[in-house]
Amino acid sequence: MARTITYREAVNEALAQEMERDESVILMGEDNAGGAGSPGEDDAWGGVLGVTKGLYHKFPGRVLDTPISESAFIGAAIGAATAGLRPVAELMFVDFMGVCFDQIYNQAAKFRYMFGGKAVTPVVIRTMYGAGLRAAAQHSQCLYPLFTHIPGLKVVLPATPYDAKGLMIQAIRDNDPVIFFEHKALYDLAGPVPEESYALPFGEANVVREGGDVTIVTLGRMVHTSLEAAGQLAADGVQCEVIDLRTTSPLDEDTVLESVEGTGRLVVVDESHPRCSIATDISALVARKAFGALQAPIEMVTAPHTPVPFSSALEDLYIPDAQRVVNATKTVIGWTR
Amino acid sequence: MTDTAERKALTREHLLDVYRTMRTIREFEERVHAEFASGDIPGFVHLYAGEEASAVGVCSNLDDRDTIASTHRGHGHCIARGVDVSEMMAEIYGRKTGSCHGKGGSMHIADLSKGMLGANGIVGGGPPLICGTALAAKIKGTGGVSVAFFGDGGSNQGTTLESMNLASVWNLPAVFVAENNGYAETTSSTWSVASDNIADRAAGFGMPGVIVDGFDFFAAHEAASEAIARAREGGGPTLIEMKFTRYFGHFEGDQQTYRADEVEHARAELDCLKRFADRVTETGELTRADLDAVDGEVATLIDKAVDEAKAAPLPTEADLLTDVYVRY
Repeated sequence: MARTITYREAVNEALAQEMERDESVILMGEDNAGGAGSPGEDDAWGGVLGVTKGLYHKFPGRVLDTPISESAFIGAAIGAATAGLRPVAELMFVDFMGVCFDQIYNQAAKFRYMFGGKAVTPVVIRTMYGAGLRAAAQHSQCLYPLFTHIPGLKVVLPATPYDAKGLMIQAIRDNDPVIFFEHKALYDLAGPVPEESYALPFGEANVVREGGDVTIVTLGRMVHTSLEAAGQLAADGVQCEVIDLRTTSPLDEDTVLESVEGTGRLVVVDESHPRCSIATDISALVARKAFGALQAPIEMVTAPHTPVPFSSALEDLYIPDAQRVVNATKTVIGWTR
Repeated sequence: MTDTAERKALTREHLLDVYRTMRTIREFEERVHAEFASGDIPGFVHLYAGEEASAVGVCSNLDDRDTIASTHRGHGHCIARGVDVSEMMAEIYGRKTGSCHGKGGSMHIADLSKGMLGANGIVGGGPPLICGTALAAKIKGTGGVSVAFFGDGGSNQGTTLESMNLASVWNLPAVFVAENNGYAETTSSTWSVASDNIADRAAGFGMPGVIVDGFDFFAAHEAASEAIARAREGGGPTLIEMKFTRYFGHFEGDQQTYRADEVEHARAELDCLKRFADRVTETGELTRADLDAVDGEVATLIDKAVDEAKAAPLPTEADLLTDVYVRY
């Protein structure tokens, strides 16, 4: 039965239900419980933003705090995955991938292919991403295009509490390494989530709003920004079809292409940078495979090609907002040869 | 250096196995060296000859519960863990019949069914993984021990140092084996390792550090035996430093202009196979005839492996896109 819980609670519930179901599921990360070896409370934090709170006592011995050694513990999660566990490791902020990326892209991503199909690596790496918390340049990035580029990794970006739970359960059950992106500005977003366990398949985009005039392809937090824009545009008589990709690898090409075949117009809304991003990837896909349907050039709405600025005045300008999506949509609607 | 005078006696069968495995590694590597020179073997190949006592000294203490991670110089570790020699050779030749169906090559031979989590093209890539396999063994209560082999070069990587710390913090059943063969590519370990010995660093991670004459199988075996037993019993990790030299260059084709004449000296005076043979024949545990018989068997085995590899089919276009989850 569905009730309303937050995105944070949805991830926590998915972890708890899978840990209950399968004792090979373990969690590890910096302060995942919190307070290890310290004189005060244990389970002090449940992760830096409280996502794993409460699991330490519920599952004794299966929620591991780690030193600040991302290479060692992300690698350990990957090694444990080759040896029969299903670890969910938390790389606190995706910005920290720089200190452990080798273990992810040269080790985990390669094992299945490089070892001739003889290895499975069922590891999930949970990580927070995105701007909006005034966390500045090294705690706010959207680095999912970098992971999407690597064969062997699955890349998941839930936009809602419902998707967060279903995609996390799928991620844990999946036999390939999954990078699970949680937008830190979405943790308090509430929505209907069934109590029972359910898995959402990867590679199936979600049409979150139907409309015949223009296709907006987006993901993560930008789904909400795009829906806000679509609501405003509807008042002006423009009907937007909004597609939430949900996973960037594997990618649901068909849903994107079918929509553009119907609307003839595309806006891609992506919180990452403008080059070699999901925005450029979707644009290229449509330009290659739905060129004949296009009635206007593709528009991209992205963050600028700068680090994420700290000042609220600048960060608010940095993050794509509904007005920019509205403007881009009006551009493709109004385009004439 | 560990004194081996009071070593525990090994059975005749065990001694024969040890000799066979060390001889197999030597023969395999000498043969790959020769075949590489003829131009038939593609890519980057790093040979383990000279270091056999380390792989076999350690791995002869391991069983089916245990896992190792290796390095770019991984053939010896693979053979010591029982990976099929013909499949290894086929892999090095890039054949479909190889250990990884030709998708891995010399630097990525793996056989998880043998507790061999892969040679590794990334220096320092293995130690974090071994923390994970050790953690899995600990959580599942299998009694398994995990061993990370790395070189003197790898001993300077942050991954290795982080992993030793994590292994102590989590009290993991892990053993770290630093194979100090004197050179990281061309760079001397006497220059690149700031401490006198790699093993000295163990103190910084709260674990015992042991220095071993890496040319002495019995010393290596004994040090590993103690470390592995301690790990298996919940006593935590150990760092073992094997000191020796490699007989070939960093990779095949290396002109080795940075080296002195230590290889000639090592082959003549220190060689692990020679010392092993002298010791076991002096004590009467094995005879020269026993050893000669093994030499003959091994030569035949390697001949067969090379012949089969050369005759084996190459992978085809159909194999390019297998073992992936998505095709675009």
